[in-house]
Amino acid sequence: MADFVQQVVAGLASGSIYASLALALVLIHRATGVINFAQGEMATLSTYIAWTLTTNHGWNYWPAFAFTLAVSFLGGAAIHQTVIRPNEKGSLLRVVIVTIGLLILINGLVTLIWGGEVRAVPSPFPSGTTEIAGVAITTQDIGTILVVVATVVVLWLMFQYTKIGLAMRAAAVNPAEARLVGVRVTWMLSLGWGLAAVLGAIAGMLAAPSVFLDPNLMAAILIYAFAAAVLGGIDSPVGAVVGGLTLGVGLNLIGAYVDFVGADLRLPVALLVILVVLLVRPAGIFGREEVRRV
Amino acid sequence: MRLRGLVVPVVSFAVLAVVVAVLPSFVSEFRAQQFAYVAIYLIAIIGLNVLTGYTGQISLGHGAFMAVGGYTSAILMADHGVKDIWTIPLAGLVAGAAGYLFGIPALRLSGLYLALATFAIAVSMPAVIKRFEGFTGGGTGINLFGIPELTASLTPVSVLGKELSFNDWLYYLSWSIALVGYVIAWLLLRGRTGLALRAVRDSETAAQSSGVSLARYKTLAFGVSAAYAGVAGSLFAIATTYVNPDTFPVALSILLLVGVVVGGLGSLAGLVAGAVFIYFLPTWSQAVSKSPGAPSVVSGALLIALMFVLPMGVAGLVERFRLLTRRVYHRSGS
Amino acid sequence: MSSLLELEDVEARYGPVQALHGVTLEVAEGEIVAVLGANGAGKTTTLRSVSGTVRRSGRISFAGKPLRGGPEAVARAGIAHVPEGRGTFTELTVQENLRLGAYTRRERSLKGDIDRIAHWFPWIHERARQPAGTLSGGEQQMLAVARALMARPRLLLLDEPSLGLAPMIVREIFRIVRELNEREGLTVLVVEQDARIALQTAARAYVLEVGRVAITGTSEELQENESVRRSYLGY
Repeated sequence: MADFVQQVVAGLASGSIYASLALALVLIHRATGVINFAQGEMATLSTYIAWTLTTNHGWNYWPAFAFTLAVSFLGGAAIHQTVIRPNEKGSLLRVVIVTIGLLILINGLVTLIWGGEVRAVPSPFPSGTTEIAGVAITTQDIGTILVVVATVVVLWLMFQYTKIGLAMRAAAVNPAEARLVGVRVTWMLSLGWGLAAVLGAIAGMLAAPSVFLDPNLMAAILIYAFAAAVLGGIDSPVGAVVGGLTLGVGLNLIGAYVDFVGADLRLPVALLVILVVLLVRPAGIFGREEVRRV
Repeated sequence: MRLRGLVVPVVSFAVLAVVVAVLPSFVSEFRAQQFAYVAIYLIAIIGLNVLTGYTGQISLGHGAFMAVGGYTSAILMADHGVKDIWTIPLAGLVAGAAGYLFGIPALRLSGLYLALATFAIAVSMPAVIKRFEGFTGGGTGINLFGIPELTASLTPVSVLGKELSFNDWLYYLSWSIALVGYVIAWLLLRGRTGLALRAVRDSETAAQSSGVSLARYKTLAFGVSAAYAGVAGSLFAIATTYVNPDTFPVALSILLLVGVVVGGLGSLAGLVAGAVFIYFLPTWSQAVSKSPGAPSVVSGALLIALMFVLPMGVAGLVERFRLLTRRVYHRSGS
Repeated sequence: MSSLLELEDVEARYGPVQALHGVTLEVAEGEIVAVLGANGAGKTTTLRSVSGTVRRSGRISFAGKPLRGGPEAVARAGIAHVPEGRGTFTELTVQENLRLGAYTRRERSLKGDIDRIAHWFPWIHERARQPAGTLSGGEQQMLAVARALMARPRLLLLDEPSLGLAPMIVREIFRIVRELNEREGLTVLVVEQDARIALQTAARAYVLEVGRVAITGTSEELQENESVRRSYLGY
């Protein structure tokens, strides 16, 4: 029983990371209708920045964390303003190629600046375990879950209760009408990209201690995030979080208890999830079936 | 009027055919091999163009169909002693069937959902290949070097009185298929089928109300494009004389889509430009700098820049040129 | 009464299609002015030219100053545009729609404003937390007007408020518009297909044909005008 709980908690922790990145994908898709294939690489870049600050410049972890979030926010907004916005009016294909181009570029940039070696990264959370209700759970797992939960709550509060959150929601669902009430829609979209970049950075920084830091840090996690977003509904923030946690727990339990699915088959299972959901119910759990008005 | 519209395509085709025929005499064998690969990519792009350019369905998974074709050829040659040329149409058929079958459930998907689904297929293909080891040779792959089914691999082959080395043979084979493939696609897209496909892209609802069977044309487009990719994959296997799960990675699928976008919709010049672009992109990027990571930076930046500069691809440039010359022609003529 | 809005020789196009071929009109402060015309005459385009939603050329001045820029800038200048089809944010609640209406204002608390709006639309308080999409067509139209009023605009642009609504509801909406004009001095430029009710509410009107002003005058004059009666009033 204790083993089961541990697996679930570990699954929740990895699921939180998927949820964070999935939320980034959903944010961007809701706002600009784009799937940002470069979301993972942007997160990797952020993680390297954090790592360089703590390792090469002697910063303490949490100040570096905060600084990285700020830089990521600005970077995400800048990318939207410079590269995405001019292509928004073009065909879907063009925007897809642009985000793919970004993926390739940033991946190369990271290798160019920091080299391709795999590095061990210290965790901000003390190592060891805590006993909760008789089950030993790693502090790392608890810390990860708490950080993501806190982030999601803060974001939710912002969207529900602040003027700018309302403006962002309006800009996402109905940009033309939002303009009529004076919302600077383009700025709101850039804001969305900035927030998405922050979410990605959080996912990357939380993942690095366990997955090790190298230019391909987020490649697999991006796919898990896609699976989570698709599972939850690509336009549903709630879906992204639920999807991420479900996927994390599900993959962990399957990996632990189903024999022929070893550790290396997690990725194909996630891909299978994507395919099955898309083919059976493309809108995902929380998405709305698109009513096509003729 | 109908005949006039044919002049430009026929002339440009003829020009290309002539250039292709005489080129090997002027370039090294290495170059010939490179251009052979360009032809292989061209075949795949012609097919993908039918799907993405005409029906607007975005596929990030055509590398997987190339894999199907490539492995079909390899297995037929290595395990069943079929001569390489005969495996090519078979590979196309198998891949085409796979594409058609995928096209059926894919009917429910559109835009980004389809892109994601095909992306998932492309990513999982290497793992799937490894799983079916009995068939595919798993991680070690299938080696085709030196087997008798492979034409000209050890000794030059004689075609029409001319002695062709492996690279030259490959070159002519690929380009012949590419040119034939282009003509077939062109004929397919000119008539009612092409109109129907384009109608599907521009407005599915309108197409349906006009009686165009959405399902039929979308799955048809998938099947045809997959068949082309299968043929390309088959040639790829013959060219590299070796296949393993990493021969057809995700990057290949992405590259094919890039080729279609860079080339732009439709024109032969555009598609050839697209094929040339994606084949030489790694080389060009590395020419700028060999530091680890730098070629990717160059490739990525180039891709993004191209979307700004040539939003309609090379074909758009050609179209603009054509409009310009037509205006000049009319002004001076009348 | 001073002129609040002036359009001089305004042209507008949608891509290659030119919709307005030089429209000249003016609205004085405190007036209700109607723009009438058949489908495709350019009525909606005229409003869109003012709010900057469509590309246009020609002179537009508001409160004596040239009016430039896109919808965001126009909204901030004090013009509220209720578009064709209402433009409510159907996924957001009634309250959120109203809050968005006041987006350009800097006040911290909007409660006073919402109470003021509720005076005109009493059902607002009880439906505050409902998604706007669950409201009836008439209620959504009223919500759209309410949202526009939250901005305390100097000029209200109303685009085809009667579209798709039952006559009784249309009368109610125009009644509210008239009262707002009489009690609070709200200046209104209304585009309307239903010439009858528009002329009953407005003081003056312009009749557009093929992107140009064909006839203009006071409502009484237009109601007497032969061709107007035959083409737009049905008698």
